[in-house]
Amino acid sequence: MSTVDQAVPLTARTRSERLIGFLTRTPIHIALITIAVIWLVPTVGLAITSFRQPQDIATSGWWHAFTQWDWTLHNYGSVIHATGMGHAWVNSLIITVPATILPLTLGALAAFGFAWVPFPFRDTLFLIIIALMIVPIQTSLVPLLKLFAEHGGLNKGYWGIWLAHTAFGLPLAVFLLRNFFITLPKDLIEAARMDGASNMSIFRRVVVPLSVPALASFGIFQFLWVWNDLLMALIFVSDPDKQPMTVRIPYLLSTYGQEYNLLAAAAFLLMAVPLVVFFALQRYFVTGLLAGSVKS
Amino acid sequence: MPVEPAPPLREGGQRIRQWSKRESYEGIAFVLPALIVLGIFLIYPAYFTIRLAFYEGDFRFNFFHYIGIDNFKELLTNDPDFLDLSKFPPGGALINNLRWVIFYIGLSLTIGLALAVLAVRVRYERAVKTAIFVPMAIAATAVGVIWLFVYSPDPDIGILNAVLHGADGGFKPIAWLGRPSFVNYALIFAYVWASVGFVMVVLTAAIKGIPADVMEAARVDGAGEWAIFRRIMLPMLSLPLSVVTIWLFINVIKVFDIIYVMTGGGPGTSSRVIAFTMYEETFHNGRPGYGAAVAVIMLVLIAPVMILNVRRFRSERVVA
Repeated sequence: MSTVDQAVPLTARTRSERLIGFLTRTPIHIALITIAVIWLVPTVGLAITSFRQPQDIATSGWWHAFTQWDWTLHNYGSVIHATGMGHAWVNSLIITVPATILPLTLGALAAFGFAWVPFPFRDTLFLIIIALMIVPIQTSLVPLLKLFAEHGGLNKGYWGIWLAHTAFGLPLAVFLLRNFFITLPKDLIEAARMDGASNMSIFRRVVVPLSVPALASFGIFQFLWVWNDLLMALIFVSDPDKQPMTVRIPYLLSTYGQEYNLLAAAAFLLMAVPLVVFFALQRYFVTGLLAGSVKS
Repeated sequence: MPVEPAPPLREGGQRIRQWSKRESYEGIAFVLPALIVLGIFLIYPAYFTIRLAFYEGDFRFNFFHYIGIDNFKELLTNDPDFLDLSKFPPGGALINNLRWVIFYIGLSLTIGLALAVLAVRVRYERAVKTAIFVPMAIAATAVGVIWLFVYSPDPDIGILNAVLHGADGGFKPIAWLGRPSFVNYALIFAYVWASVGFVMVVLTAAIKGIPADVMEAARVDGAGEWAIFRRIMLPMLSLPLSVVTIWLFINVIKVFDIIYVMTGGGPGTSSRVIAFTMYEETFHNGRPGYGAAVAVIMLVLIAPVMILNVRRFRSERVVA
């Protein structure tokens, strides 16, 4: 900073000019910080509530927790064991991981075909896939449930929800990855072809290693989408022992509606995974989300 | 137009990327698994649902009894839970969803745009962006629980009532989710809270893309900040604004989770929306044909966006 000031002495400002600058900007700072604080308060409130004793929650607001220092991890113990939320957390993971890997794999293969291997009706098929990107889940709930129930009871295990999420993630996967693959240098693909590499080995040895950012962006987007999904899990996972957290928490609400300590801890457990993903992989997360804006 | 380098030639003067039969089959092999999954689990179900909308379904989801457009007629003229124009203000799920369209999209755009315009001027932009964006990552289920706490009528739990009570000692706590006149707006604000981060992130990126010399030139010409915002920034942001608006619109038509968690459509039926009606009629009231008609209405509302996406993609390719 100082080097810039020295290099361009003309822009150096007097003290009074700086003061005026600061004063005219003060409303901006106040507005921004106020909104940011308002936006943080609900989440912070939930987090603090989850670490308070039940009797404290019942008698004073969470904003008193800073003066009555009596924090505990007990709520998490009860919610994980007594209400089965630990189990539901594992279910969420069991649902989410395959429902991310399946569309990622099928989507990448198809995207490579659409980007680099010509075949008849390629453009028409791709336009259909773009149109499918925003088909509402509601048009599939009934027929898929019927299909799953009548063919081996797929809704009793996890196959139903895995397949449903795969189908709903695929159009976006194909769209995003094809648009990324097509920007890869043409010479590279052609050179590999000249060397006699098959399409499959070009895909595996050239395209996939060069496309890690795009694959990561979609993977993270899909992971969070599935982890956060309520409606599809509500319909396609009929066995209560296999239901994910998003479905179990509303049950908790109806049975333990007044036990705020348990509710807060459960909601925070559900949030923990997306928050870790968000802060660890923020860059991919934001690009994935921006790219996924065409979906919903 | 940039001239593409000519494709390399083989000895015989033949192009390498010739259209051989083997290649065409190989391409199909790459896309086939995806197409099969889409066909069975997305396209066929959509066809099934559209057909079911013209039937009275049964609890096994069979095409029980063909009734033509009766489901739609009933929905639009004879179901006050879906559309009720007999009173003022009008009610029903469709009208509630219209409230969502107006207030959710309006508030998200206004707050998101204001934050973006202000945030690019300060050094702690990243911190503000993170604070506003975090709710975006959270499941609607968790957003619902968070705002159940905020809105709680118990002044030891609900910070909203506590703050209002602090400002005015005579204030009586309000059950924000318990009154038909408040409940929709309370839900809408909770969802705005979760969505503004997206609007802000897209728009800050777009604002930074506006060439600085354009704004500088306007400032030199004596244009005020407001005039610069109105005449330069807004027109240059029209494309990202339309992308964001479409995204918000799709969200609004599909909104379900947060209502399911926070109010279950209540009190009574006063916070139902289209997607909630579909769920309720199909899975609780045992009327899958009726629910299918609601799903078809959702599809019709979203169809213009589908067409727009396809058109935009085609025109982009013509340009490129």
